[in-house]
Amino acid sequence: MSMTMTQKILADHAGLKEVAAGQLIEAKLDVVMANDITGPMALPIFHQMADKVFDVDKVVLVPDHFTPNKDIKSAENSKAIREFSINQCLTHHMEQGKCGVEHAILPERGIVVAGECIIGADSHTCTYGALGAFSTGVGTTDIATGMATGELWFKVPSAIKFVLKGKLQPYVSGKDVILHIIGQIGVDGALYKSMEFVGEGVQELSMDDRFTICNMAIEAGAKNGIFPVDEKTREYMKKHSTKEYKEYCADEDAIYDEVIEVDLSQIVPTVAFPHLPGNAHTIDEINKDEKIYIDQVVIGSCTNGRMSDLRKAAAILKGRKVSDRVRVMVVPATQKIFVQCIREGLAEIFVEAGCAFNTPSCGPCMGGHMGVMAKGEKCVSTTNRNFVGRMGDTEALIYLASPEVAAASAVAGYIADPRKVGE
Amino acid sequence: MEACGSVLKYGDNVDTDVIIPARYLNSFDAKELASHAMVDIDPTFVERLNQGDIMVAGKNFGCGSSREHAPLALKTAGVSCVIAKSFARIFYRNSINIGFAILECEEAVDDIDEGNQVEIDFDTGKIYNLTKNKEYQAQPFPEFLQKMIKANGLVNYVNEKKG
Repeated sequence: MSMTMTQKILADHAGLKEVAAGQLIEAKLDVVMANDITGPMALPIFHQMADKVFDVDKVVLVPDHFTPNKDIKSAENSKAIREFSINQCLTHHMEQGKCGVEHAILPERGIVVAGECIIGADSHTCTYGALGAFSTGVGTTDIATGMATGELWFKVPSAIKFVLKGKLQPYVSGKDVILHIIGQIGVDGALYKSMEFVGEGVQELSMDDRFTICNMAIEAGAKNGIFPVDEKTREYMKKHSTKEYKEYCADEDAIYDEVIEVDLSQIVPTVAFPHLPGNAHTIDEINKDEKIYIDQVVIGSCTNGRMSDLRKAAAILKGRKVSDRVRVMVVPATQKIFVQCIREGLAEIFVEAGCAFNTPSCGPCMGGHMGVMAKGEKCVSTTNRNFVGRMGDTEALIYLASPEVAAASAVAGYIADPRKVGE
Repeated sequence: MEACGSVLKYGDNVDTDVIIPARYLNSFDAKELASHAMVDIDPTFVERLNQGDIMVAGKNFGCGSSREHAPLALKTAGVSCVIAKSFARIFYRNSINIGFAILECEEAVDDIDEGNQVEIDFDTGKIYNLTKNKEYQAQPFPEFLQKMIKANGLVNYVNEKKG
């Protein structure tokens, strides 16, 4: 029987020769991850099932959401996962100042690689599909079960195949691709399904673009997003990991619910308007109407806080000043990216332009801290959600965009086309 | 198992950020979470909700974050069941895992109005609208999930399996 790439990984991890969409299976887990919001809640549930984690190499707890601890309760939560990590002798002990945002640090440290079956108690765990792994977000009870047993039940998903062709234009990146796709299929367009990205266009996308695209698969309701393994993936894993990995590819006659062709060369800078990630508008549509003036810009997060994202933003901000009416938060996703920004002179570019250059944290993305918005304020953000109240007041408005659009908008003071900066 | 209550009705894509905003997630105390349930789209929710009331909503209920705090907040606030056209997958898993009742039924969602009195028989998946004197049939759960629901959640299921 023919299988999709996701189905092949799941079959192997369930010890089955084949699986079919809709089948309920129990699969072995290669990595189980939680953070400072979901982790502490999982610990009492974990202790109802076990005293020791199933494998000290495979359980990772990352303090990143309310860190640096924003208040006493957050400090208690960070303390709970820190003590658990130490007491359980977890191999990958994560701490503020030495790690970063979970979905950036796990690939960077080589903890996740191709062919693995990964769960994380965070919806954006689907990010690691960029490496050719099956990776999905779950809740607290699931993660506690994964930590205790190393197994979890899954319903085998069907899939939508996205055939990418062509090459991205300058000032267009992975974020525009995924906002374009979610705009096309809707926020439940891939509900319960896999999004499998294939085609000659894949080779044109950087690893950072692929991480961004898979990161937002959940915003279309998907169970996972996944890319095939190619030279770029192998090179990335060689640089970052010593783990063994396995390459899977879908059968040629695998059955898909839908096949959607995406011509990368036709995609232009795209912005998702409040209050849904699927509310996509091209920058050309926006600029026809009245200017949308903004108060805040956030460049960072598990979606767009990687090195190439910050390089693209810096290229636009270099020698320019942020508009007087705008405050800008630049948040590198990991400590390694943070120091690389200093080495390459990016940190100076950001600060000279008038941006706050902050320590790695999820803070502003979910209205936690370090960039919470007031009533009526508007923000262009490279993050992943623009729901009501997501970044602060319920009457604040969030426009999701690429680092290029965010940087251009920071300079202009309104939502701006990065292709026209300097004109 | 049965539920009976008055209906509070919402639209499509009710996300977990409005069910329980992230600013309250520095606590996982169920009662505290429940006191803020739905505050960002319906500030009077907790006040209006009577123990056992039923939420009815459109498609993709519970989309967004994986926070299990969301079904926990609704359950603890006193919601006996959510009937929706569809659920986001992580919310769906989380609800089953903590023993919070959810049902998928398009017909019921289209027909039931805010304030209707509704009764649910979970064994048969039948939904009775007492106000309109109508009956709807929800999608049944797969057998594996029925086992887990009967075990009252994933933790008990795992412990039973271990023996």
